[in-house]
Amino acid sequence: MTTAALAPPVKGSAKPNQLVLIAIWALLVTVPFWLPLLGGYTALAAKVLVFGLAAMALNLLLGFTGVLSFGHAAYFGLGAYGAGLTLRYLVHSTPLAIVAGTLLGGIAGTLFGLLIVRRRGVYFAMCTIAFGQLWYYLAYSWNGFTGGFDGLRDFHREPIGFGPLTFDIAAGDTRFYYFLLAIFAASVALMGLLLRSPFGRTLVAIRENERRARFLGIPTERHIWLSFSVSCFFTALAGTMYALLNNFADPLTLHYSLSGYFVVMTVIGGMRTFWGPLAGAVVFVMLQDYISSMTVNWMSFIGVIFMLVVLFFPRGLLGTIRRRMAS
Amino acid sequence: MAQVILYNVTNGLIIGTFYVLMALGLSLILNLSNVINFAHGNFLALGGYLAFTLSPTLGYWGALLVSPILTALIGVAVERLMIRRIYNRDPVYSLLFTFGLAFVMQDLARYIWGPNPVPLGLPDALARPVTPDLFFITWYRVFMVVVVVLTVVGLFVFLRRSRIGLRIRAGTLDLETVATLGVNVRHLRTFNFGLGCLLAGLSGVLAAGQIGLNPNLGDDLLMPSFIAIIVGGVGSLIGTLLGGLLIGMAAALTTALYPTASEAVIYAILMAVLLLRPRGLMGEEGMMS
Repeated sequence: MTTAALAPPVKGSAKPNQLVLIAIWALLVTVPFWLPLLGGYTALAAKVLVFGLAAMALNLLLGFTGVLSFGHAAYFGLGAYGAGLTLRYLVHSTPLAIVAGTLLGGIAGTLFGLLIVRRRGVYFAMCTIAFGQLWYYLAYSWNGFTGGFDGLRDFHREPIGFGPLTFDIAAGDTRFYYFLLAIFAASVALMGLLLRSPFGRTLVAIRENERRARFLGIPTERHIWLSFSVSCFFTALAGTMYALLNNFADPLTLHYSLSGYFVVMTVIGGMRTFWGPLAGAVVFVMLQDYISSMTVNWMSFIGVIFMLVVLFFPRGLLGTIRRRMAS
Repeated sequence: MAQVILYNVTNGLIIGTFYVLMALGLSLILNLSNVINFAHGNFLALGGYLAFTLSPTLGYWGALLVSPILTALIGVAVERLMIRRIYNRDPVYSLLFTFGLAFVMQDLARYIWGPNPVPLGLPDALARPVTPDLFFITWYRVFMVVVVVLTVVGLFVFLRRSRIGLRIRAGTLDLETVATLGVNVRHLRTFNFGLGCLLAGLSGVLAAGQIGLNPNLGDDLLMPSFIAIIVGGVGSLIGTLLGGLLIGMAAALTTALYPTASEAVIYAILMAVLLLRPRGLMGEEGMMS
């Protein structure tokens, strides 16, 4: 994996991008060393990576295909529950739990995508919200199996590898962070490659002008469906990581509020930029951590942030920077 | 057994009427302005809480009349000051905005009226059962259904017969042409948003008398209302009406037979409609794309 492969598919600026990329990865790799000095803790950085991955996966759909899903928490939560249920009831194996969770969320998204791929705009969003809540109610009411309102407990991540090659990610936050960073890097590389491929370019073409893309003979519905499916698989993968991070699967990971958080992270960071959602996740997780430790009325603060971002900062961090640099 | 079924059919009808009023308001706003109003449930709760605050001075009947109008005025203010700015942008922004607004309104309700449930007192005449045999059919329930039926009929007559109603219906189909013909679309959308909030407020006062008030009141009604709209067919108000009743009935009957599945059945209906009749019961082809 080379850093060049991870460059966002943006025309023009090649050189500064590579410097930025090196800086991003250097910062991410050294988190356990510098974050405690700033008063943070490594688990918080892990949360940023998990949410960042989910938001980047959502952005594949939202920013690069131009399709609005407001129900991605469903696939995130299905990933989390898939991993948790596997560890609790089936096998004590972290890799199998990850595979099971990712498949559960990804396949659910792929099948549901078939039903709604003809919808556009707010109607697409509305169907994704409604369908997402189905899983929330299911996890909520299927008490005996999922732990209901209290969430799924009594499982924990297991060491990976065999014999001398064992890497005990269960031992500490830092080890798990590096495991997570490796998964994150691989996923981001895959998404970057996908967006640079002809398929990725076609998605952007559909975003820019769907009718013209269709006139050119592109099966737009199939592309949107595939984009939705890929996005759901990566979101589910992020969900499995969330369950492993906390050793807990929370029904709130399935709630549409979390879908809203993913969307707002993407918008804060910059919808049409590759790295934007990660920047948005950094801002959002830090704000949420800070505000919820300061006041019980954190909902108003988060709500006000949503409204302010929409009214005054619609391009997001990276979108604004890119615009400044272009002009 | 007959009583049990009657009991649940009554419940279904009552819950269905809340869904109908709420979903009709959502649907009006969605059709004309292309905005999913996530805060609609909070306007509903606001209507109920305003009635709670006003009823000691105005009495129940006064509160029933005034609080929906106040809710509508607050809705108009919100639309004028904020939501109007985002009509012409990507739908993601209006969704995020109303989503944030819902959070703020819910927290405000908790701050002003407290986190604990409060009841809305009813006049004695309404709290009594119609007959002693059927304790669950109170005059209030009869009254509620009558009010909702009158409101819905009034709304449809208004949309069919009045000039503004005609413009709203025309704007649903083709807003650009309506604007070209000299209609002030900005005012039309503001009025329409207020109308939607009026229905939410009324539904909130009615719901408060039946199930009491809490800051999350609107949340539980929001998802079923979304589903009622999709099931009924986006773009069709008659469809929304049918969808709301269907979902209320289905949920109530399932509660009688197998309580744990009462939420699931709503989603089963949603899936069935998306699979078998994607445009919804009364939706027109192409309305949802």
